[in-house]
Amino acid sequence: MTIPTPSQTVGPFFGFAMPFEGDAHAVSSGSDEAVRIEGQVFDGAGEPVPDALLEISDDDQFARCSTDREGAFHFTVRKAPYFDVLVFARGLLRHLATRLYLPDADLDSDAVLQLVEPERRHTLIASESEGGLRFDIHLQGDQETVFIQL
Amino acid sequence: MTEPDFEPPYLFPDYRATQMRAPRRELVRLPDEWFHQRRGPAFGRIPVKPEDADLTRQHRGEPLGERIIVTGRVLDRDGRPVRHTLVEVWQANAAGRYVDPVDTHPAPLDPNFTGAGRCLTDDDGVYRFVTVKPGAYPWRNHPNAWRPAHVHFSLFGPQLASRLVTQMYFPGDPLMPLDPILNSIADARGRNLLVARFDPQTTEPEWALAYRWDIILRGRDATPSES
Repeated sequence: MTIPTPSQTVGPFFGFAMPFEGDAHAVSSGSDEAVRIEGQVFDGAGEPVPDALLEISDDDQFARCSTDREGAFHFTVRKAPYFDVLVFARGLLRHLATRLYLPDADLDSDAVLQLVEPERRHTLIASESEGGLRFDIHLQGDQETVFIQL
Repeated sequence: MTEPDFEPPYLFPDYRATQMRAPRRELVRLPDEWFHQRRGPAFGRIPVKPEDADLTRQHRGEPLGERIIVTGRVLDRDGRPVRHTLVEVWQANAAGRYVDPVDTHPAPLDPNFTGAGRCLTDDDGVYRFVTVKPGAYPWRNHPNAWRPAHVHFSLFGPQLASRLVTQMYFPGDPLMPLDPILNSIADARGRNLLVARFDPQTTEPEWALAYRWDIILRGRDATPSES
């Protein structure tokens, strides 16, 4: 039996290594269909998580962003119905996976959303905000984001 | 899945930071083809230069410390090489200090060492870095807590489920049995998969010790198989 190599936390000290130039921009902000998505990562006490690394992707886009002191991140992507989002952080022995839906996606017929308790579906849907979309991630607590089992 | 799970749990109270960051609600289980088998992220925008694989030649002089070669193969669940996938590494210097401004450990920085590298695996799934052996360093998880020497690894692989961020440890390190991060993996077979082995064959005489560490990623290459 082959056992996959286990995960370990990204730790707090990736900030000099994992970022790269233009990492948060899957497309340039001026391009057609570009949308800015911003948000914050919070822990179970509601405190911002200043040492998380997020990756967002779909079939042909990829972007990466480290959170700042306020736990804030931002991405610029070309519009798509949804994105896969991975969250790495100190204190996460294994990364978390979730989905980010755009508010104008066909949410009522989406098969993944149908598997999620109705009262928690909103944690997967970005909201309209000034200048783009907002998508907060709650690792724990009353507002806990729905995460996908890896 | 029926196979035993060698992954760490999200909540492992001995590693204090998990307590407020581990999700407590049940994770949603999706059919594999909806998430796990989706093609892995297109990482091509991440720049990789040939010199990124030699962490000892990124500055004017050579870093202090024990020069080492870290190499191995990246394989999928079927034991097939994962070709041309991105491997990112980062680590503390020989004194146990990261360049990262977040690191406040009072050990010296080395002006000749950053401690970050990248490479792509070759046609046989092989990666190879030249670096210096990282030092142990204290952390505040519990009284007198020290992390064993380790190199952080990040890999992509063929599918979304292949994505892996982990740490490679060095054989014989007396700090390993005391480390809550490594010991969050309950089964010793899982922990042993994170420990490189000293490789005398790859060690280069009069130049550098070599450590070999193979990595098995979840998921399978999309290339159709004979069967």
